Amino acid sequence: MARGLHRRTGHQPRLTTRQEYERQQRRRSSFIAAASTFVVLVAVLVFVPRMPRWDRVKKSFFDVDQMGDSLPRLIDAFWLDVKIFAWTTPAIFALALLIALARNSRSPALFPIRALAAAYTDVMRGVPVILWIYLVGFGVPGLGIARPFNSPLLWGSVALAMTYSGYVAEVFRAGIDSVHESQRAAARSLGLSSTQTMRHVVLPQAIRRVVPPLLNDLVSLQKDVALVSLIGPIEILRQAGIDKSKFANFTPFVVAALIFLSVTIPLTRLTDYLWQRERRRTSGTRVAA
Amino acid sequence: MTPKVSLRGVSKSFGSNTVLRDLSLDVATGEVVSLIGASGSGKTTLLRCVNLLEHIDDGAVLLDGDEISAIGRDPNPVRRRVGIVFQSFNLFPHMSVARNITLALTKVLGQSHDDARTHASDLLQRFGLAEKADVYPDQLSGGQQQRVAIIRALAMRPEVLLLDEITSALDPELVGEVLDVVRELKGSGITLLIATHEMGFAREISDRVCFLHSGSVAEIGTPTQVFGSPQDERTRQFLRRVTN
Repeated sequence: MARGLHRRTGHQPRLTTRQEYERQQRRRSSFIAAASTFVVLVAVLVFVPRMPRWDRVKKSFFDVDQMGDSLPRLIDAFWLDVKIFAWTTPAIFALALLIALARNSRSPALFPIRALAAAYTDVMRGVPVILWIYLVGFGVPGLGIARPFNSPLLWGSVALAMTYSGYVAEVFRAGIDSVHESQRAAARSLGLSSTQTMRHVVLPQAIRRVVPPLLNDLVSLQKDVALVSLIGPIEILRQAGIDKSKFANFTPFVVAALIFLSVTIPLTRLTDYLWQRERRRTSGTRVAA
Repeated sequence: MTPKVSLRGVSKSFGSNTVLRDLSLDVATGEVVSLIGASGSGKTTLLRCVNLLEHIDDGAVLLDGDEISAIGRDPNPVRRRVGIVFQSFNLFPHMSVARNITLALTKVLGQSHDDARTHASDLLQRFGLAEKADVYPDQLSGGQQQRVAIIRALAMRPEVLLLDEITSALDPELVGEVLDVVRELKGSGITLLIATHEMGFAREISDRVCFLHSGSVAEIGTPTQVFGSPQDERTRQFLRRVTN
């Protein structure tokens, strides 16, 4: 913005006193940021290696040979995480949307459905994910269902999807509530039914608004997929555990963490970007500091 | 002759706040009636009851003699015949101007997308907004948004159009373009019920002016009567307040 205000008379735009001042302030803060980062880095690089047991930690957590050895196996195992993530995500969104719609229904006759949906989100958000994975992942196959529907992998994923749909339903519900009542009034006044109003007017606006928090939940899901390993399937976390035991070295865990980060960090950045954009779009002109 | 719209002894409360009290009003086909009165006198609620956006507590609302306020009646067929334009425009922000207009044409009236689109283009053309068909509401001025909202309601070819303080949210220089649209509607056979604070406009466009005071009709008559020689003391007081 500010750049556009300069009179483009020569190559060097003339700055007003205020612009000159703000430019100095920006330089000053960049300098402070750079200097403090430098100090912290030096402290870590200089002092950590001087700790009495650094050699042992280095060997058991940052063994370069071990990294090269584990990496292909871990990446292979990571595929299973990606797959679980890929099939639970659509299930979560579909289930969550149904629950959110049930909770938003207004007809007095639908009270039992509203109550049921509310109970569902309360239970799903109240039970620790890991506990739910154990209960569903071991409990349901224990009923003696025929193969292949007795796999802990399947039921572990189902448990994960159930828990997450509780959270995501609340996100959808918040989005639906955030659409102003006047939008419904406008749609209904044109003769649209309440279902048509929801589908064409309310939901499209609601979903647009909740994309950032939804991505936030996806980032979190992406990590929690590893919890399914606790009931058997060999995905990355479990593979890292196997490698750790085999080589008596923790490096595979560090590698696994790095693999997770390589996926979650871009997703997190994207979420932040969308969040900022939504904020800029909806929250009006920023005040000067 | 059966009135187009008839309110008979209508009462409506929100909690302990009674907004309409035993209100009766008949509006003839093609007539233009303005509702004036202080804020809170019940103008908006009256309009919303005719469009069935509010349920009345007592009395009856009739459209062509048919009791549309009856318990359990499907409001959607009524709303096809009775359009409303809101103070705050309420365009759908995620749809283009054209889609705002065609949505109900396709979903409610079952027109094809092409037919609806042609109909929308014709109307936009007629009201000088042809080049805005594919832009989104937030790129329009308030006056343009309100004109689109009127077109959106008109596209359904309603028999009755309710205008709820449609210029109250506009900058003064944009009021004129919106009122021009309403002027054009007069005499087209459509019945207009207009809640407004624009006294000059009410005087100019109305066949009759209705002064509401705390939820009832205090005085009703031609603009000349109501503005020229108001009979009711409350009307006189109100007009003194708004004209000075």
